[in-house]
Amino acid sequence: MLIMEKIIVGTPVQVNEEGYLTNFSQWNPSVGEEIAREEGIALTDEHWQVITYLQSQHKQNVPLSIRKIGNSGVVSIKDFYRLFPKGPLKISSKIAGIPKPASCI
Amino acid sequence: MKRLLILGAGTAGTMMANHLRHRLAANEWEITLVDQEKTHYYQPGFIFLPFDIYTPEMVQKPIEKPLPRNVSLINETIEQIVPEENHVLLANGDVIPYDILIIATGTRITPSETEGMLGDHWHKDVFDFYTFEGSMALRDKLRDWEGGRLVVQICEMPIKCPVAPLEFSFLADSYFQNKGMRDKVEITYVTPLSGAFTKPKATAALNYLLEEKGIHIVPDFNIEHVDGENKKIVDFAGEEVPYDLLVTIPVNMGDPLMARSGFGDEMNYVPTNKTTLQSTVKENIFAIGDATNIPTSKAGSVAHFEAEILTGNILRYINGEPLKEEFDGHANCFIETGHDKALLIDFNFTQEPVEGVFPFPGVGPLKLLQESRLNHMGKLAFRWIYWNMLLKGRPIPFVSATMQKSGKKLETIH
Repeated sequence: MLIMEKIIVGTPVQVNEEGYLTNFSQWNPSVGEEIAREEGIALTDEHWQVITYLQSQHKQNVPLSIRKIGNSGVVSIKDFYRLFPKGPLKISSKIAGIPKPASCI
Repeated sequence: MKRLLILGAGTAGTMMANHLRHRLAANEWEITLVDQEKTHYYQPGFIFLPFDIYTPEMVQKPIEKPLPRNVSLINETIEQIVPEENHVLLANGDVIPYDILIIATGTRITPSETEGMLGDHWHKDVFDFYTFEGSMALRDKLRDWEGGRLVVQICEMPIKCPVAPLEFSFLADSYFQNKGMRDKVEITYVTPLSGAFTKPKATAALNYLLEEKGIHIVPDFNIEHVDGENKKIVDFAGEEVPYDLLVTIPVNMGDPLMARSGFGDEMNYVPTNKTTLQSTVKENIFAIGDATNIPTSKAGSVAHFEAEILTGNILRYINGEPLKEEFDGHANCFIETGHDKALLIDFNFTQEPVEGVFPFPGVGPLKLLQESRLNHMGKLAFRWIYWNMLLKGRPIPFVSATMQKSGKKLETIH
């Protein structure tokens, strides 16, 4: 995997070729806000609730899916699409500093 | 006499019975398995059934056949695990006490989780190939199908054998070409992920396959419901994909037994330490194979590598020694690409599939992440290896439980 260094709001972070952080410890809320801005999203409390939930699931190695997020009680699927239009899971994962959902190859 | 109880006599449970029967003294430890099924299916063979490559006889044996002597098998449904009491309740009311419990109940398709998937069209226009019944029904359908839109679609990850849907698409291309009707079939692969391949090395090495085989990709599709009447699938964002024949991989879930027992995550998988394979439910409960929540592929090869490591840890647990944190998520799979060729991939928790050779560094003879006829021969030979070596707990020569690093072009995943 190609890893590049990128400066986000003055913080050097490592990202892969698609702009996903490769080291979660380099993430902080300002980094999240800047990635969101690049995606054309201004983060509100509603966004932050989802991001915090995704990060907690990621720490427990729980694979994420749209349906599971809808069942979590944190956000409805409709609202998830409203908050992060066009591919909500991959966009919210990028902002949260966690890997894009992937398969084995 | 102490009792080691194994729930599930599939790939993982059978391997554990064979490993442990050879390691635990028969006058000290009784080994019991419980499984409601009467047949042990060779599940990697299911993908060959729809295309008439395998016959039904090639993928099944009586469930007791691969088990060692000196173990007992109870053919009954499991009602509940009661960790506080160290016993398991069966549907017939029997109570089975244990000193050590191994959960090997696997994962299963749950089509009822997706609205509209079940109905009159199930196994008529909408098929799975993750069950024996589904694969056979699809075989019968394909034999007379006159063509149209074939949609191969994954509902959500994780699924058992994550590459199987892609293999299915490749084999379908090959099958329809051989029947002289490839021009009458449009193959579309629909995935909730960002593409058919999601790892950079695999994407770079294998993307040509999709183009070569004329397979259309619909990425980022999260199914909301199946509209059986109008023959289309609809995603949460409103996107629609029409089909004439839908081959779906429904939501995969663990055994509902976990929910009845009051543990398991929301997908009914057993919370398990990913390096020791001890459950976090209680220290005398272990889990293996597809039943766990470990972040690696749900596949027989993973269960095989786990079995070697879990056997060591169960012996350590019995002797009061600390468990070894040894499992690295190692997986090793053949991927059929059609036209009698296949790929081979080897990876673990931190290492994505890369190019190289296997199993001997610098020699091979199998090539990683590259199509070859030899890999296809390996896949076919694997059926014999499965019944005669893998299930019996015999080590497969030169293939270690943890991933070997030499002979591969490695880069670490972060």
